[in-house]
Amino acid sequence: MAVAATVAPFGQTISSQSDLVPDWTCREVSTGTTIMAVEFDGGVVIGADSRTTTGAYIANRVTDKLTPIHDRIFCCRSGSAADTQAIADVVTYQLGFHSIELDEPPLVETAANLFKASCYRYREELTAGIIVAGWDKRRGGQVYSVPIGGMLVRQPVSIGGSGSTYIYGFMDSNYKPGLTKEQCLELTAAALSLAMERDGSSGGVVRLAAISENGVERRVILGNQLPKFSTH
Amino acid sequence: MATLSVCQPPPGGFSFDNCRRNAVLAGEVAAIGLGAPAARKTGTTICGIVFKDGIILGADTRATEGMVVADKNCSKIHYISPNIYCCGAGTAADTEMTTQIISSNLELHSLSTGRQPRVATANRMLKQMLFRYQGYIGAALVLGGVDCNGPHLYSIYPHGSTDKLPYVTMGSGSLAAMAVFEDRYKPDMEEEDAKQLVRDAIAAGIFNDLGSGSNVDLCVITKGKVDYLRPHDEANKKGVRAGDYKYKRGTTAVLTKTVFPLKLEVVEESIQTMDTS
Repeated sequence: MAVAATVAPFGQTISSQSDLVPDWTCREVSTGTTIMAVEFDGGVVIGADSRTTTGAYIANRVTDKLTPIHDRIFCCRSGSAADTQAIADVVTYQLGFHSIELDEPPLVETAANLFKASCYRYREELTAGIIVAGWDKRRGGQVYSVPIGGMLVRQPVSIGGSGSTYIYGFMDSNYKPGLTKEQCLELTAAALSLAMERDGSSGGVVRLAAISENGVERRVILGNQLPKFSTH
Repeated sequence: MATLSVCQPPPGGFSFDNCRRNAVLAGEVAAIGLGAPAARKTGTTICGIVFKDGIILGADTRATEGMVVADKNCSKIHYISPNIYCCGAGTAADTEMTTQIISSNLELHSLSTGRQPRVATANRMLKQMLFRYQGYIGAALVLGGVDCNGPHLYSIYPHGSTDKLPYVTMGSGSLAAMAVFEDRYKPDMEEEDAKQLVRDAIAAGIFNDLGSGSNVDLCVITKGKVDYLRPHDEANKKGVRAGDYKYKRGTTAVLTKTVFPLKLEVVEESIQTMDTS
């Protein structure tokens, strides 16, 4: 059994395969993922699955992809775990500093712009798809999408991650404006369950959070409590 | 026309100038039939759990260089601070140096704050350093310790992502060890049960993964006390050879004995003085 070294064209990472050290020990950690955020009157509902993978191995089956950036602002992370954790840490620091300077809770739009600034500037080096969602006094509940590449767009409902491709149809047909908080939570749970069922890189538990003026309400739906859709 | 030339300071980070040359050399060496030297990796099984009174970290002790065992009893549980220890998998040099750098910085930080260092601080420092090097530092770490906020356990990946969990495994034997944990882990275990569980998890890695082997090292960290058990379990003691090629005196009987003194003449004598001053 020989140690084979594959030399890629100059400029890319040189990977070496050894029989002793399997592939998933040197693959980057990715939050395969399905993430989602919905606005309602008075706040937002955000949700995510809980699977982090390195290649074919699940490195963490209870990940929390809903990361607090400030008291009433969260972000949903998808893409490279290292990249999104690093960006979230940077933005948390910048937003905290900005908020102290203002002596006021920060706007969700500010947080979204900080994410965009980092994601766009380092777009060649990063793999990060982020949904920023929260509540502020000026505009209430807001959802901003910052996909790979660093675009920024506000949407009433946004889905992201590898599992989101399976639920575009479901979202287009089941979302309508003017839903209540409970309806949003049910919609999010249903959408995430469907995506987790079909996407190999999404799974585990469903983590939900409802952000409003009163605070943040977090929920976890375990595997056996997920809404069921197929009968076979 | 004067041409402006800006003197640029050398950019930081790794210099990849030699990569093309290395690639050419690797090709030439392969054509002859030899192999390029491999970096020493700690194939490895490392793990950690949170139990009732604190943290237990476990590691095997085999270091490999390609398919050869370079060190049969290396120490993979590194000191970070009196209350924080870190297991390292991946490239041996990277884990050794990274943990030493952060240990040193953490000691200075602790003197500056006047407080016992926290595990979250060590985690931040490690993840920020590894992210800065974009995965080129091949260090996969299990960081554990007890501080003023209780016991904490983190797994840190080479690209700089971290997970905070009650039980973690890393290294090539991590799947074998995780299977043991997923079956038998319970929150708030007693110390002896927890030590047995960690020992069994590392043993699973040692016996089922080619990159892990030799002994089991444990490190039990509780509030105010650290037990560094090296080795905790000598799972692979070298056996005593049953047979021997040397024969005892008297195996062959002596029939006759004749002695011929050899006459030697002194041909040349020279003295070389030694400087003993």
